[in-house]
This record gives sequence, structure tokens and C-alpha cells, in this order.
Amino acid sequence: MESFIHIIILSMLVTTAAAIVRVKDLFAVTMLAGIYGLLSASFFVLMDAHDVAFTEAAVGAGISTLLILTTLSMTGRFEKAAENPKSNYKPALALTLVTVTGALLIYGTQDMPAFGAADAPVQTHVVPRYLNDSATEIDIPNVVASVLASYRGYDTFGEVVVIFTAGIGVLALIMSTVSTAPVALRASMEEHVILRIVSKMLIPLILIFGLYVQFHGEYGPGGGFQAGVIFASAFFLYAMLFGLTAARKVVNSNWVQALAALGVLLYGSVGVLAMINGGNFLDYNFLAQDDVHGQHMGILFVELGVGITVASVMIIIFFTFSTHQQRDGEPD
Amino acid sequence: MEFLGLFNYWVVVVLMMIGFYIVICSNNLIKKLIGLTIFQTSVFIMYISMGKIEGGTAPILAEGVTLYSNPLTHVLILTAIVVGIATTALGLAIVVRIKESYGTVEEDEIHAKDKKA
Amino acid sequence: MSMVTTYLSWALLVLGGFLCVSGSVGLLRFPDFFTRMHAASVTDTLATGMILVGLMLQAPTWIVFGKLVMILVFVLLTSPTAGHALAKAALHSGLKPLLPGKGGKIDADPRPSAGGV
Repeated sequence: MESFIHIIILSMLVTTAAAIVRVKDLFAVTMLAGIYGLLSASFFVLMDAHDVAFTEAAVGAGISTLLILTTLSMTGRFEKAAENPKSNYKPALALTLVTVTGALLIYGTQDMPAFGAADAPVQTHVVPRYLNDSATEIDIPNVVASVLASYRGYDTFGEVVVIFTAGIGVLALIMSTVSTAPVALRASMEEHVILRIVSKMLIPLILIFGLYVQFHGEYGPGGGFQAGVIFASAFFLYAMLFGLTAARKVVNSNWVQALAALGVLLYGSVGVLAMINGGNFLDYNFLAQDDVHGQHMGILFVELGVGITVASVMIIIFFTFSTHQQRDGEPD
Repeated sequence: MEFLGLFNYWVVVVLMMIGFYIVICSNNLIKKLIGLTIFQTSVFIMYISMGKIEGGTAPILAEGVTLYSNPLTHVLILTAIVVGIATTALGLAIVVRIKESYGTVEEDEIHAKDKKA
Repeated sequence: MSMVTTYLSWALLVLGGFLCVSGSVGLLRFPDFFTRMHAASVTDTLATGMILVGLMLQAPTWIVFGKLVMILVFVLLTSPTAGHALAKAALHSGLKPLLPGKGGKIDADPRPSAGGV
């Protein structure tokens, strides 16, 4: 029965992707991409990857759709069909290339272990150690959180730095040089009374849910990455319905930029603190008297750092894009 | 689940190739980025499918459960998703700048303008 | 007692599933955007509510019950609002609902169907 659902969701994914190829209206393409993200999130739930599903639902269906839509309002809605014969638009060549590559890859899958096999190489290498020893070494139920924040804390630090750098990159590319010039608030949203009232009821709930995901991440699915995106989406909602000027009063841009750096700093300083106490970088065992307690403290602060950075970078990116869009005016 | 075999991986390959096709064949830079997202998500699906163990549950330790799916692939993909949106945003920012400098986001028009200059 | 709740729960689940399907049929078959959206949003709200109540009757612990209640509240808040926002956006961008023409019959949809994939 479960495999039946797998097949349905995977076929829907392929259908959606095929539709994205054919549709020329980029608004529709964006919506299809959102559907694609949501479908893959539901597939991840079937694959027991609840943490991943969370993130993909918030990112793939929510934030990325929003960002692409904001960009579209600046660049135009329709994809132009390239009919100029001189252009290097050669669909037949591309199709051949794609087909050949795909055929080779499918040939390559013959060597893969069957789906769901317990003796596949992926399952036998380091994972048994994580699953067996996590309970005694770290003593938190969610193994994903313990691997993310403790066993592979170094990797995660790198990822957080990448996210931070991407935020800086967006700022450097399209930050408005005019320091928050008073832009006319978009009047169209003023009349959406129902939307405003419902979102006023929802925003506190979303924020509380974000905090729950952040601090309950050791016990259930959740953690800094998911909490960051959920927390940021509450601010997106506010900014969309009440205008950027109002949102800027709630979250000061300079503060958010400082917070983005502070999250990375918090993560790094937990590592340095472990070094000061005589251990290696990010070795949480040295943070407190006994090992397990130190691990708990380390994971708590590291996840907090991740959450702060992810939320702030997402807010920075969204605000930068929308400020840019308002400055440009909307080519409706 | 036995007869599924390699079906997941085939779907992954198909999705990946669709994304690849969009990236190389579409003229619009935003659509290229969306194609890149499809490609990226297909890789996520591959990792997560590899981590699934038949009869396993989510890797959250509980009493009376002995078989868990692979937490490592989940960790890798979880971070990759958030990094992915951050880099996509960077790409979109570059597209916005290109639009401002060239007045278009269609690849052939950008090439034409480059040749003239 | 448990027998009654089980039957009631399954009745609600089946009814909810049926409403989901009928909503989808409406989404595909109705003539214009507003009726389609109506079919989708109204049946979805009720169907999701029924499925959630059905699951609540089978909830093993009070925590699960509470979480389901929260999801229900969330769905009841967001689903109609999303429908409202969609309809308003459509009206705002100049899409007029199909009304009976002078002869009392409904004209065929003059626009290409939105996203008829």
C-alpha cells in the first residue's frame, strides 16, 4: 500500500517537472515549482525524513516561490520564445544530450542496491555508530539533531557560513543605496481586511511554532534550520500584508544584519570555548563537568546560532528583494 | 515494497534530466534557475531514498523500536535545502542586476547586446 | 463505546475522502475560475476538518489529540482565507465571474482555462 503512494507521488513529481518545461508563463512555472516542492516534501515524509520534509515544505513551497515571484515582478512575466535562427537555441541537440546522459545514468543505477535494503553500503558505514551510541554519548532522542549539531558539527558550521555569505552576497548585489527612502506603501493591500485580521491571528502562532521547533528539536523533528525558515516566514507574511515600511519598524535592518553575524559568531564561539576548556574545536564534552551535559549545552547553543543566522539571512534576503522591487516600481 | 527495486532512482534520473534540459535549453534566466532547483531537488530525493530502510522509522529514538532510517542522509539534505535557497536567492539577485544592466533576462538578447558592445 | 467511536471515526474519514475527490472533480469540471475555486476551497475545508476529527477519535493520547485540534484550527483559519485571497486577486486583476447570459444560459468560458495541465 505504501509503495502505491510512493509511485503516485513520484509520478506526480515527474508530471509537474514536465509541465514546467512546457509552460511559458513564468508565474505558472513558479507555482508549479511550488507544487513540486510540496510534493517532494510529502515524499520525504514517506521516507521517514520528517526533519527534511519540514524544511522542504517551508523552503521549497514557501520562501523560494515568494522570492521568484518578487523577482518576476521586476523582470517580466513571460518567457520569450527564441525564434531567431541565428541564436544558439537548439532543442534537438539538448534533447539528444539529455537522453544520452539519462540513459547512461539509468544504466549506472543497475549497480545500486535495491531500494530499502538494510545491507546497502550507505547503511553500514558510520550510521550504526551514530544510532547505537547517540543515546549514551549525547542522550537526545532525535539522532538527526545529534548528528547535525554534534557529530558533524564542523560541516554544519560550514553550511551556516555559506548561508551567511549568500546573505551578504545578496546585500552586496542589490542593496538599495538610498537609505530606506520613504516609499509609498502599496495601497492594494490596505483593502484586504480579512487577510490582515487572519494574519494577525496567525503570525503569533507561527512565531511560537518556530520557537517550539527550535527548542524541541532535540526531542522531535526540528532544529535551527527549520525554525529559522518558519520564524522568517512570519515576518514575510507581515511585510507582505502591512507593507515594508511597517515591517521595517518591527525589525530594524541593521539589527537583522548584526543578528545574522551574531548567529555564526555564537556557533563559532561555542567551538572556541571548547578549545579554551582543553578540547578540540566544537568538542562539546569539554563544555561542562560531565560529557552528556556538555553535549546538551553545546547542541542547544549551536542550534540557536543556526536558527538566528538562518532566520536573519532569510529576512535580509526578502527585505532586500522587496525594497528593490518597490524602488523599481511595479511594471504591471 | 520489494518490486519497487530501482524505481526511485529511475525517477530521480528522469527528474534530473528534466532539470538539466531546462537549464541548457531555456532562454530565460529565471527559468534556468527553476530548472536548477528541479535538478537540486532530484538529488535530494536520491539521497533520501538511499537512506530509507524497509520497515524502519524516523530516526528519533523511541522504546521498542530497533530499525531506524539513515539519519546521516537526512542531515546532509536538511542543510543542503537551506543552503540551496540561499544560493538560489543569490542567483536571483544576479538576475535582477542583469535585468538592470541589459534590460532583459533572455539569454540570446544578452549575447546580442554583448556582441554589439 | 470504543466500537461506536471507531465506526464514527471511519465514517468521518471515508466521508472526508469522498469530499476531497468530489472537490477535485469540481475543480476539473466547473466552467470558470470562481466556481472551480469554490469547489476546491469549500470542500477542502470541510473534508480536511472531517478527516482531522476522524483521526481525533482514534488519537491514542491527549497530546496527539491536542496537536490535531491545533491543526484543525489552523486549517479552519487558513483555508477559507486562502480561497478569499485567490478570489479577490482574480477579481482585482479583471477576471469576471461567468453569469447567466441574456438568454439565461451560461456562455462558454471565453478565456483559455487557467493552468489546464
